[in-house]
Amino acid sequence: MIDIIKNRLKQGYRTSKFPDEDPGLPERFRGRPVIRPELCSAGCTACVDACPTLAIGKQGDGSQSDGKQGPLALDLGRCLFCNECTAACPEGAVAFTKDHRLAASRRDDLIVTSDEAKLAESLGDEMRRLFGRSLKLRQVSAGGCSACEAELTALGNVVFDLGRFGIQFVASPRHADGLVITGPVTRNMSEALRIAYEAVPPPRLVLAVGACGISGGPFIGSEDHLGDAAAVVPVDLFIPGCPPHPVTILDGLLRLLGRLKRG
Amino acid sequence: MSPTSRFASIRNGESLDFSKIPVVPIEDFRSAVLKMAAANHRLCALLCSGKDGRPPGSLLAVLADDTGGKLYLAASQPVAGYPSLTPDLTQAHLFEREIYEGSGVLPEGHPWLKPVRRVSADKVAFFQEQGAEVHEVAVGPIHAGIIEPGHFRFQCHGETVHHLEIQLGYQHRGAERLLREGPDRRSLAVAEAICGDTAIGHAWAHCAVREALAGATLSLRAEALRAVVLEVERLANHIGDLGAISNDIGYLPATAYFGRMRGDFLNMLMTVSGNRYGKSMLKLGGVAFDLPAEMRSSMIETIKRSVRHLAEVGDMFFGEPSVISRLEDTGTVSRKICDDLGLVGVCARATGADRDVRQDHPFGLYRFRHIPVIKLDSGDVFARAMVRFLEAQRSLEFLSALIANLSEGSAASPCGAPAANHLAVSLVEGWRGEVCHVAKTGRDGKYEWYKVVDPSFHNWMALAMALRGGEISDFPLCNKSFNLSYAGHDL
Repeated sequence: MIDIIKNRLKQGYRTSKFPDEDPGLPERFRGRPVIRPELCSAGCTACVDACPTLAIGKQGDGSQSDGKQGPLALDLGRCLFCNECTAACPEGAVAFTKDHRLAASRRDDLIVTSDEAKLAESLGDEMRRLFGRSLKLRQVSAGGCSACEAELTALGNVVFDLGRFGIQFVASPRHADGLVITGPVTRNMSEALRIAYEAVPPPRLVLAVGACGISGGPFIGSEDHLGDAAAVVPVDLFIPGCPPHPVTILDGLLRLLGRLKRG
Repeated sequence: MSPTSRFASIRNGESLDFSKIPVVPIEDFRSAVLKMAAANHRLCALLCSGKDGRPPGSLLAVLADDTGGKLYLAASQPVAGYPSLTPDLTQAHLFEREIYEGSGVLPEGHPWLKPVRRVSADKVAFFQEQGAEVHEVAVGPIHAGIIEPGHFRFQCHGETVHHLEIQLGYQHRGAERLLREGPDRRSLAVAEAICGDTAIGHAWAHCAVREALAGATLSLRAEALRAVVLEVERLANHIGDLGAISNDIGYLPATAYFGRMRGDFLNMLMTVSGNRYGKSMLKLGGVAFDLPAEMRSSMIETIKRSVRHLAEVGDMFFGEPSVISRLEDTGTVSRKICDDLGLVGVCARATGADRDVRQDHPFGLYRFRHIPVIKLDSGDVFARAMVRFLEAQRSLEFLSALIANLSEGSAASPCGAPAANHLAVSLVEGWRGEVCHVAKTGRDGKYEWYKVVDPSFHNWMALAMALRGGEISDFPLCNKSFNLSYAGHDL
């Protein structure tokens, strides 16, 4: 017992000051990308050709569909934050910033065309009254590689300590206010996911976490999955990343609940 | 005639012209594989060229001589069916189920030819025990925690588990098929997502087959940087697992401290590569990010601190008699089961097997710098926990020596196009165990076959064996002590 107490004293206080303070992410952390299409040289498609998931492309006026004409756009829902585009671009027109804020309320809000961010909006008054101070979530992995799952688990550790916000992962969908879905929704998991969703009493929330859950991620186009969480259930919050950093997930949750004091 | 005469041999991370691999009638293939296995060669991979359930197909076996550091390859002439190897070679059981499911080539006489990844709840048969007071417990695919899906079916008598059948496949995303479409610009991203906690292990195995096919050579610095991140990945996972084991036995101080220390290593990977799982760290020909001097010195400081913290928390955890009594004699796997099933990694070393790719088939930097192999022989949860603790300590020592003496050179070298009609095999000791990638190119230099064997593929059956005769309430603890990958198995 005395060893446990001694060890406890040595460990000190480890909980992150986030969200009151900056999360202090390292230089090489790849957060929200900014694109500056005005720097693109005419006809250059270096980033488009390098992207493993076709997340970056040029949006035409509708007449062009090869992703190589028109102004540059980056889909955060497909993006793996892998650096291939920035390494390929000769002009520095694509860059990742250290901004951890990525979550959005609508799929379309994940399309980046400049340095502007369309961040997640908070729930309406009634939903905030219900969930604002106590939100219970059930996680369903439907083809997740375990990286997103590991970051969701990490939210419960002493550093991120999700419980201090009244948010908790629970064992049964019956006890939950919503689902957190990871993975591209494999064919083999689609039925179980539907059943879990039906088991959550309404009103209920659905969060899609990670590139796979939002777009299929690196597995885009495979016939063994349905493509994304939204193919099975309506999604209220999209949290991009491969996997998203725990503070990115936390930021999304707190925005949804209208609990962030600063931008 | 020596059994090896029917095989071509290569070393880990080498490629060879496919025409050099002997193609023999299936009877000869079968008997040669059995003879090799009887002479202590381990089945790393068994695959079939057939696709989309349309036989015939040609079988290919990769057998490892762990003491001689060689890999033996042989192929069979195309067949639509053959006498199953499994009745004579247990190690083949899951490979043959996979072959039947993927290619339609029938291993005749396989004792339990169930689907591996084409699961549909109402179509899968389970072994059922009959008798008074015998009951069945079904769990999953969705489990209580934040964990991947899989189905577990227990046959119990009271608390005692007589049999556990594990049905996976729910995570099947088609990773192998996407890899087989390559090499292309997304191949590496797919490899990194085979199993997210082993992103570096799988990325390395993928890059190594691709580099072997192209005949690319890496700078010593690039090899060293790969070893750095592989060991950091091992540390994050081993320490995280110790925390998860503490959690499952209700010893929460250690859960909190190990959990926090796991974060230190994920953050180290993020500092180096920008991603907490080291995704995008590796690239063909080397690594995408170098280690500047100031980053090296801060890593050495973190490592020094971690050596102290790990010892303190480890001593607290393993010094607690109630912890030891909960871990000892729980979920025991014997050495015989280990060898019959061809277990790899931590699970194998916890039964006393001297089996570690870093030692037996050294790759990359491990050809020049050695890391001691840890083995214990009790085969229980205690052994699996202790192997992790001791390996984490060895990794810390290895890292501090390596980072302090990093060779000069470029972090990445060019890697050309893959040679046509070649086959390459790469083994990497990921934190769970042996990660194996096998790739064969066709005439156009594109992949014809791409096979991934995650260590979990070998080891899931060991979890079922560990439960036999144990209590069903020990299942969560046993499961944590293996901590196998669902996605890595399901691909």
